[in-house]
Parts: sequence; C-alpha cells; structure tokens
Amino acid sequence: MATTATNGNALKIQQFSSSEEFSHNFLKAKPGIWNWMTTVDHKKIGLMYLASVVFFFFVGGMLAITLRLELLSPAQNFMDADTYNRIFTLHGAVMVFLFIIPSIPAALGNFLLPMMIGAKDVAFPRLNLASFYIYSIGALFTLISTGLNPIDTGWTFYTPYSTSTGTAVIWMTLGVFVMGFSSILTGLNFIVTLHKLRAPGLSWGKLPLFCWSIYATSIIQVLATPVLAITLLLLIMERALGIGIFDPAMGGDPVLYQHFFWFYSHPAVYIMIVPAFGIISELIATFSKKTIFGYWPIALSSLAIAFIGSLVWGHHMFVAGQSELAVVVFSFLTFFVGIPTGIKILNWVATMYRGSILLASPMLYALYFLFLFTIGGVTGIMLGAIGVNVHLHDTYYVVAHFHYVMMGGTVFAFLGGLHFWWPKITGKMYNEFWAKVAGVILFFGFNLTFLPQFIMGSQGMPRRYYSYIEQFQSMHVYSTYGSWVLLLGFLIIGAYLLHSMFRGEKATSNPWNARSLDWMTSSPPDEHNFPYSPVVIHGPYDYHKPESEFLLGIAGSDHHEEITVGTETKVKQ
Amino acid sequence: MAEQAQVRAPHVQHHFASSDQQFDSAKMGMWVFLFTEIAFFGGLFVAYIIFRAWNPELFTLAATQLSTPLGATNTLVLIASSLTVALAIRAIQTDKKRQSIILLLSTVGLAMVFMIIKAFEYAEKFAKGIAPGAYYTYEGIAHESASVFFSIYYMMTGLHALHVVIGIGILLWIAWKVHRNHFSSEYYTPVEISGLYWHLVDVIWIFLFPLLYLIE
Repeated sequence: MATTATNGNALKIQQFSSSEEFSHNFLKAKPGIWNWMTTVDHKKIGLMYLASVVFFFFVGGMLAITLRLELLSPAQNFMDADTYNRIFTLHGAVMVFLFIIPSIPAALGNFLLPMMIGAKDVAFPRLNLASFYIYSIGALFTLISTGLNPIDTGWTFYTPYSTSTGTAVIWMTLGVFVMGFSSILTGLNFIVTLHKLRAPGLSWGKLPLFCWSIYATSIIQVLATPVLAITLLLLIMERALGIGIFDPAMGGDPVLYQHFFWFYSHPAVYIMIVPAFGIISELIATFSKKTIFGYWPIALSSLAIAFIGSLVWGHHMFVAGQSELAVVVFSFLTFFVGIPTGIKILNWVATMYRGSILLASPMLYALYFLFLFTIGGVTGIMLGAIGVNVHLHDTYYVVAHFHYVMMGGTVFAFLGGLHFWWPKITGKMYNEFWAKVAGVILFFGFNLTFLPQFIMGSQGMPRRYYSYIEQFQSMHVYSTYGSWVLLLGFLIIGAYLLHSMFRGEKATSNPWNARSLDWMTSSPPDEHNFPYSPVVIHGPYDYHKPESEFLLGIAGSDHHEEITVGTETKVKQ
Repeated sequence: MAEQAQVRAPHVQHHFASSDQQFDSAKMGMWVFLFTEIAFFGGLFVAYIIFRAWNPELFTLAATQLSTPLGATNTLVLIASSLTVALAIRAIQTDKKRQSIILLLSTVGLAMVFMIIKAFEYAEKFAKGIAPGAYYTYEGIAHESASVFFSIYYMMTGLHALHVVIGIGILLWIAWKVHRNHFSSEYYTPVEISGLYWHLVDVIWIFLFPLLYLIE
C-alpha cells in the first residue's frame, strides 16, 4: 500500500497481479454474432476493423497482382487499356480508403489506445460502433459502384475527366464521402479519449508514443477530412447538376479541384504513416530494452508532421499550372516536413545504440521499416525538388516512392505491430521461425518489386499505362516476379497466423517484457481491460524499474470483488 | 476498501469514473465536431472567395436577385432562436423542466419559420429559372458565369438548411427527453451540447447572410 497525489486528492494505491485465471476474457464474454455486431467494446470493434482491413488488403493486393501480370510483356496481354484503367483505379481506391487509412488507427488503435491509457473504453463507445457501420456503408457504396460500372478515373477522381466519364463515379465518391465521416468520428473519439480518460498519474509525458502518434493522426483526420467531404460533394453535384465550379467551360477551374483534393489527400498520407511511426517507437524501445531516446522529440515531431504536412499539398501540382511563387513555397515546405521525420529516425537509431536488442520478428519488421521508409522518405525529398519533379512527374519513380512509404513503411509497421500485439489480442503465440521466414521473403519481394520501378521511372516510364516500349521490359519483369514473391510471403503469414489462432501456444500476459499498460493485463484482456482501475507512476519505457511497479491500481477497485459484495460469494485471489 | 466504491448516478456510463468526466468528454467531443463542421463549410467559403476574386462584378450583379429583407428577417429569426436555446439550457440547469420544454419548442418554431422563409425564397427563384447548375435558365444577369454564383449560393444555403432540419430533429428529441424526465440539474449534457450545435448553425448563417445578400 502506498499513496500518491493526483489533482490534490490523495489516492490510495495497491499492487495487483495480472493473474490469468482471474480475468474475464473479452473474447469469451458475450459470444454470438448478434452480440459482436452490437458490441460497444473497443476491442471487439477493433477486431472487426482488423478483419475488414485484412480482407480489403487481400482484394487490393490481388488487383495489384493482376496489374503486374498484364505488365509482364510490353504489348497487350489479357486486358485492354480500359480494363487496366479500371483495375488500377480500384487497386488505389481500395488500398487507400478501405485498407490503409483505417488500418492502424481504427484497427490496432481502437484495440490498444484505451488499454494503453488505462481506460475501460474510448470516450464514446456507441459512436465508435457507429463509425464502423459508417465505414461498412461506405464500403458497400464502393461495391455498388464496382458492380454497376467500375470507375476509371484513378483514385484521385480528377476533374474534368471524372465529371464526363461514363463510369459510376457518383457511387464511388459517395462511398469515399461516407467513409470520410467514419474517419472523422474515429479521430474525434480518440482525441477526447486521450484528453479525458487517462488513468490517474498518466500525464502526457508518460503516454506511450503510440498514443502520441494516434493523437497527431486524429488531429489530421479531424482537420482535413471535412475538406475532402465538401470536395467530393461538389464533385457529385458537378456530375449530377453541372454546377460548374470545377468546369472551365462554365468559368470554373479544375485546378481548384486538385487543390481541394490534395488539401485532404496529402495530409491523408500522414494519416497513413504517422500511426506507423507510433508502432515503430513501441517496437524499438521494447526490443532494445532501453528507455526511448528523445521521448519528447519523437512525441512532438508527430504533431509537427501533422501541422507542416497540412501545408504541403501544392507539391502534387507542380506541373498543373500553379504560380511559380506557390511552387517554390510548397517545395520549401515539402523539404521542411522531412525534418521532424528525420528526428524520429535518428532517435530510433539512438535508442537501439547500446541497447539489449532482441531480434524477434516484430523487431525485424521495425528494422525493415527503417530501411524501406528511409528510401521512401529520401526519394520524397527528391520529388519535392522543383526541377527534378518536372522530370519525374507521373512516372514510375513516383509509384515506387509512395509504395516505399505506404507499403515499405506503413504495411511493414502494421505487420510488425500485428505480430507484436498478436499474443495480446488472441492470447496465442505464433510460430517465430515462420514469422522470420515470411518477413525475409516480404523484404526481398518488396525490393524486387519496387526498386526496378525507381530505375524505369527515372528513365521515363510513365505511370498508369497498360503497355510500354520494349526498353523497359526487363525492369517490368523483375517487378512482376517480385509481386509473386510478395504474394508468397503474405500467404505464409496468413497460414501461420491462422494456425496460431487455433493451435498456437498460449501466450503469457507480457511475452515481450514490455512496460506500457497494455501489457499489464491478461492475454487476451479482461472484458473491461483491467480487473481494477490502473494508476501509473512510471514512464512507459522505464525498463530499469521492476514490473511489479507497473501493476498498480486504486486500492479496492477490484471489480470482481465488487461484484461479489452482497451475494456473499468469495472470490479466490 | 468498500468505502472507495461510491454510489454511481444512473446516467454515468460504465467507462467514466465520474459525472464530471462524462460531461467534460461530451462537451469536448462536440467542440471538436463543430470544428469539423467549420472545416466542411470552409471548403465552400474558399470556393466563394476564389470565384468572387475572379468575377467581382458578377457577385454584385447576382446579389441583387437575393431579397435582403427576407435574408435579414431570417438572420433575426436565427439569432432569436439562439437566445431561446441558451435560455432552455439555463432552465434545465435550474430544474425548470416546463420552461425548458417551452423554450426548446420555441427554438424549433423559429427554426421552422426560417425554413418557411427560405422555401419562399427558393420557390421565387426557381419560378424565374434561377435553378442550380445545368438547370439555370434565367437571362436577367448579363454574365456568362451567372449560374456558378447561384450554384455556390444553393450549395451554401442548401447545406445550411440541411443542418437546420437536422437541428429541428435533435431539439425535438431533446424536448421529448426533457418531458420524459431524463434531464435535471444533475444531468443536462445532451441539452447543452445540442445547444452548442444550434449556435453553430446560427453562426454559419451570420456569415452567409452578408457574404451572399449584402454585396454592393
């Protein structure tokens, strides 16, 4: 027993144990489809998101495999230009709006954020469930669009083509419009949760860095997504009523559409990558067994990225007829956003320096991330340079760049996080040997797929073409072979994760010997996350303090004890 | 240890430690939501600014088609409704339920007056052929992009009107819940945050009115 002061009130605290038998496992509590569909438990909602994003990743991935297959030889193979346009549009739209934006924040963030701050749930649990259904409705609309007449505009829906093409643009944009609200409401929920529901003693300086990155992401979601909503609404009205705001024939301006679109969609790439930074911070600190180097620089650089990243959208329009002054300003700001990103990388490397590094599979993913994301980031700076951009605009160089960031960065971090928290989520361990094998295959396959794209892009291979001149064939062949290696890697992951779900070894509550609150409860967690009300006195990376000091709670807050009051049944501890 | 387990008021949801924490969370959530609303309308305001900068003469010409007396009346109606909703919150905070219901219903009444006046304005324009986008047939404004001004007008006022209609629904629901004794001086969070939403609807109109009607 000890006392600690929070908000001027003395609070009695007590040490608990994360004993497994004692917990009311959330997966077993309230089973049945209907209970899952109507649940307000953030963990179950997170898992429903996880299942959805994995499904859409598979769909988007198979579309990519199809595209690569067509590109195996220069001439037309098995699909015409029109089909190719539709498939790359769907690949982009599915991957961006249905997979990557909700991937880390809505799936892993939902599951982990309340646990990391010692809360029982997010601030608005019903709104959280509503977000999931809004996302589902949006997905349904995109499915309707695909069933009616799959769109061929590219995922950016640029006017004037998107207002004149005969494909089902309205359904698709309506779907994205609806999914935007899901993203806004999730962001809103997380912001309020982090502000209002932190456990006693958990000051902002003791938040796990994953929480900081989700906080920065949520701010971007709330700030930028409404602008996408109004943009798409204007686009829909343009198509339905011909309102003329983006139509040069009526005095409108298509570049205005591009400004509006990228005002959301550039910050949106930070919605995709900043949560990945959070995962990497957790992985590197945990597997280096060392207090993270530069806690505040890492935490605040997320916010700096959110802020500066909102001011760089014009670098997508260097060749669209922007004023020269605007081009110079946007180019400068694009270089500038590299600084907070560099700060993170340096701090992660400094954390590993002289740490006791355990090369378990999640840590390997973090290392792959550092390698791949750095390439993606540096090539991004190159694209931000005005003269180079004019040369490389709309080539495979750009395609390779954003795949290095989005897939090499976010997807590898997502996989690292998935492996890291898999024991916590399912209560089962996965096969470490196969995890390492799959990771190496993915890393190899990824580079085989996308490195050649840098080369052919710099030589002038334009993006979004279904055929090409013979000069580029060898590069395209490497890239297509790489896509098969990637597919193999993902199939292995799918296989051993499924195996682990049913036959996996039982996981302990803290298999990686971490220190943040999400590891201080049983695996899988209690229905209300903790069987008591947690209190925090140490930082999330204080590996030099004994684990028992991270298992503190308000004295007498044991929920199971409370339940038994009145019925006179005794609970053994 | 039992003295720690305080009696929880029935309105406090399971994941909140106290009524205050729940109230603060709800209020912050609503403020963040209002911010997203401003960003949402912000896109339209930017479109307005750009088109006005390109076609200043069009905006002065087209604004003559809008009825300033009707717009001004609607502005007063909405400001009055903001007052009644603020008083309704005050009434429930002091447990005057009957008074709160009357004030909430007056707000709804004023909102309906707003919508009726708006409907007259729209009808008068449609009759003249001033319809949005491709359906624009009016020839009284000598400017090739005249329809774009009215597209912006219809988008802004139409989305605002949609917010008014949603507000009417919310306030009726809140009035019903006050009637059913869901709220008191102990717990009035939904009344207060609905009021916040209503004020935003009012404030957006206060920007729309001079921008669209009072151009000279």
